Amino acid sequence: MKFGILVNEGPYTHQASDTAYQFAKAALEKGHKIHRIFFYHDGVNNSTRLTEPPQDDRHIVQRWQKLAADHKVDLVVCVAAALRRGIKEENLAEGFRISGLGQLIESGIQADRLVTFGD
Amino acid sequence: MTESTGGIDMDEETSGVVKKFLYVNRKAPYGTIYALESLEVVLIAAAFDQDVSLAFLDDGVYQIVKGQHTKGIDVKNFSPTYRALEGYDIEKLYVEKESMEARGLTEDDFLVDVKVLSAAEMADLMETQDVVLSF
Amino acid sequence: MLHTVNKSPFDRNALDTCLAHAKKGSAILLIEDGVYAATKGTASAKKLEQTMKTIPVYALQPDVEARGMKDRVLDGVKLVDYSGFVDLAAEYPTVQSWL
Repeated sequence: MKFGILVNEGPYTHQASDTAYQFAKAALEKGHKIHRIFFYHDGVNNSTRLTEPPQDDRHIVQRWQKLAADHKVDLVVCVAAALRRGIKEENLAEGFRISGLGQLIESGIQADRLVTFGD
Repeated sequence: MTESTGGIDMDEETSGVVKKFLYVNRKAPYGTIYALESLEVVLIAAAFDQDVSLAFLDDGVYQIVKGQHTKGIDVKNFSPTYRALEGYDIEKLYVEKESMEARGLTEDDFLVDVKVLSAAEMADLMETQDVVLSF
Repeated sequence: MLHTVNKSPFDRNALDTCLAHAKKGSAILLIEDGVYAATKGTASAKKLEQTMKTIPVYALQPDVEARGMKDRVLDGVKLVDYSGFVDLAAEYPTVQSWL
């Protein structure tokens, strides 16, 4: 099965990003494919390279980066939502790319399932 | 890639495939950004020639109410954009009857033409969809 | 369809709206704060008991345990882990998230 994942909320404030990550990880462990993880609304904040969370808790941005690196997962940040919230190439964490909303629609078309994680 | 397709090359894998996309709107406008940003998805989606429906239920019905004047809160009034959907061939707009009535609204209160469905009919509609996007 | 609910029934109407739209043949998965709906002695317990007569209700176990609700889960609610969540998403043709 090919999964598309939509993450609507930023790291830490909502559990959405965590649940999305755990779902993606479990899907990959079961041998499924992730078509794309698309970050929208405040979800774009999952891609900042400036985050410095406390050391004794999970590092959400790095976790996404590792998932992408280990499994070649496409992490896409919506350009319009990103610009609104001050996420640009200059502060984008490695492993993420900024692109348009069409990437989300494409996921809906090409993936077998699209799962939304939000507030 | 073109701006109208939001950064996508229309390639063979995408063109030809038509899925039923349902955009579920349950939140009021202005208090949060979901109404505006979900509409932005719908506009981009128009370029992909999919079978698009918009459902307005719960507080989502407030998104299409007439007479939104936002000067006082200094936020862009995006409600006219709902009227532009028709020009993008997005004409399947559904409002849930129970949500509408619970909020003291009637069809006359909306700035676009909608089809009013009961919750049961809305459930039937949802069941037929290939992709359901929630915001 | 697989319906997910991630908010507490005491906080949002998402569960109620979901229940009003979930048809026979669907399944409901409670995740994140949504798992509180599946606990004994709550106002939502009766609603879920009624629902479970025709629609299976699941709860994400890691979320139940995180919230200290493991011993309070309603009889009949099936606990699944993230792997089970993936299985459910694969089993049903579409997933709808009630946020």
